[in-house]
Amino acid sequence: MGFFLETLFGGLMSGMLYALIGLGFVLIFKASGVFNFAQGAMVLVAALSMARFSEWIPAWLGFENLLLANVLAFIVSAALMFLLAVAVERFVLRHLVNQEVTTLLMATLGISYFLDGLGQIAFGSSVYSIDVGMPKDPIFILESLFEGGVLINLEDLTAAVVAALLVAALALFFQYTGTGRALRAVADDHQAAQSIGIPLNRIWVIVWSVAGLVALVAGIIWGSKFGVQFTLSTAALRALPVVILGGLTSVPGAILGGLIIGVGEKLSEVYLGSLVGGGIEIWFAYVLALVFLLFRPQGLFGEKIIDRV
Amino acid sequence: MFYRENGQFKTGYRADQQIFPIRQDRLFIGLLLAAAFVAVPLLASDYLLRAILIPFLILALAAVGLNILVGYCGQISLGTGAFMAVGAYAAWNFGVRFPGMPLVVQILLGGCFATLVGVLFGIPSLRIRGLYLAVATLAAQFFVDWAFLRIAFFTNYSSSGSVSVPPLTAFGLPVHTSLQRYLFVLVFVVVFSLLAKNLVRGAIGRQWMAIRDMDVAAAVIGIRPMYAKLTAFAVSSFIVGVAGALWGYIHLGSWEPLAFDLARSFQLLFMVIIGGLGSIMGGFFGAAFIVLVPVALTNVPHWLGLSLSVDTAAHIEHMVFGALIVFFLIAEPHGLARLWSIGKEKLRIWPFPH
Repeated sequence: MGFFLETLFGGLMSGMLYALIGLGFVLIFKASGVFNFAQGAMVLVAALSMARFSEWIPAWLGFENLLLANVLAFIVSAALMFLLAVAVERFVLRHLVNQEVTTLLMATLGISYFLDGLGQIAFGSSVYSIDVGMPKDPIFILESLFEGGVLINLEDLTAAVVAALLVAALALFFQYTGTGRALRAVADDHQAAQSIGIPLNRIWVIVWSVAGLVALVAGIIWGSKFGVQFTLSTAALRALPVVILGGLTSVPGAILGGLIIGVGEKLSEVYLGSLVGGGIEIWFAYVLALVFLLFRPQGLFGEKIIDRV
Repeated sequence: MFYRENGQFKTGYRADQQIFPIRQDRLFIGLLLAAAFVAVPLLASDYLLRAILIPFLILALAAVGLNILVGYCGQISLGTGAFMAVGAYAAWNFGVRFPGMPLVVQILLGGCFATLVGVLFGIPSLRIRGLYLAVATLAAQFFVDWAFLRIAFFTNYSSSGSVSVPPLTAFGLPVHTSLQRYLFVLVFVVVFSLLAKNLVRGAIGRQWMAIRDMDVAAAVIGIRPMYAKLTAFAVSSFIVGVAGALWGYIHLGSWEPLAFDLARSFQLLFMVIIGGLGSIMGGFFGAAFIVLVPVALTNVPHWLGLSLSVDTAAHIEHMVFGALIVFFLIAEPHGLARLWSIGKEKLRIWPFPH
């Protein structure tokens, strides 16, 4: 029982991380109808910039304060993600308005190739570490209930809390601010939003910046856990089943989907993986999402698909 | 002036239904085939055949297969690499387990197995559409990658996980030098392209296109979505599987699952989109683009006299490749095939455009 709970908690926490990356997909898809394959590359670039600037800035300015270095690096990286959003809107999206979904998908794949190359030229391609002072020690909880208690990684717990806070902040932002309302209007209907005077281009910049910020947070958390390297950009592929399971247009869907996939992956790896030779968590999430979609083609909370001839 | 169909009257149904109704097109295709079968073997160097023409032909074949699914039937697939892998491994397994089986039969059987897997992973398309389907086809990719890596039976319990093919012969002739390989591949590509071209302009092709344009409306006028979608998956993955078997047998010689990973799937999808959705010719244009751009990108710094480290060169290649893709999508979202047909239109009224 203790072992089961341990696996369950582990799954829930890695699920929060998936949800964090999935959130980036959902934000951009909601506001611009673009399925952003470059989200993984954005996570990579953001994490690389965070890792490198937190090294470079103290060296340039000549101080030794970890916290200050991290804060400055975070600000610089966030600014970088904003510039990226502006560039994407200016050079890509603006020219592809009203194109088909596949064309937009391919364009983001092109962006993702570009960013992979650019990030590694600008920041180097070895393995870097991010140290934002996340607690690393494991702790035991529920010791009164079970023999030996349940082992929980404090780092995972922090990450999950940060992710949850971010999600809550985003939900409030979407629900209660003017910009959030404009974003939702654009998501509902581009043309109608434009006709009542919402500037489409600015909304896209905002939403890509927010997605960039989410990517930065995801990159910091993943990076401080596993190190910053090229494989980070494939982390986004792990998060894809999450968004289709939850529904491409739903923020709560991304969270719940993340939790389901996280738990499913961990439990399947532990209880099924040993039967078939291991390593199944890579495809298990996809098959889970696939089977689920057979029964509910729009995902958990996706908008109902209505066909009209 | 030269490309004008004036005076070419169709006097019967046969003439009306030819593949290439215009004489100039027939002539062009004839010349192209003659060049491919006669001029290239006489003139091309070993490097050109081995490193450019053979990969180009095989990838073009795979792109034609994928185009049937994506361009004609409108079902986005990100699992093409998986179907190629199934074709390659199935063919190899037949070769190893049944010694003496003819090479062509092995390759075709590889295609048949790819068809089975393709139809299996095509079943969700009956319920799932668009982007959801695209992500769902990734399931095929990851599952197949995993299966060939972890299930030792498929690699005949080879310890390294990679497989290699013995010396090849077809119809008693050796398929060994680059030239022989090139001709072998060329025959496959020509036969299957003709087959595809004929399929898409027949009844089944029209059903696919109706499903692509709007599947509910197609169902209303009496097209069975299940039949149309699954045949598209079947035909597409058969051709892709054959291309995969050729890629493994002829181009690589020995390979491991990484040869057919997700990057391959994306690459093929790029070919189809850059070449032009819903066009057989587009597959060839796209393949030429994708094969030639990296070659050009590795050679340009040499010509300019720059010396870059291998690492930086690879990253710059990535960047330029990504930027080119975005550029092409913006400049011509309908692909190179559209440019081709615009060019033909222009040629028709040249030199008096009014």
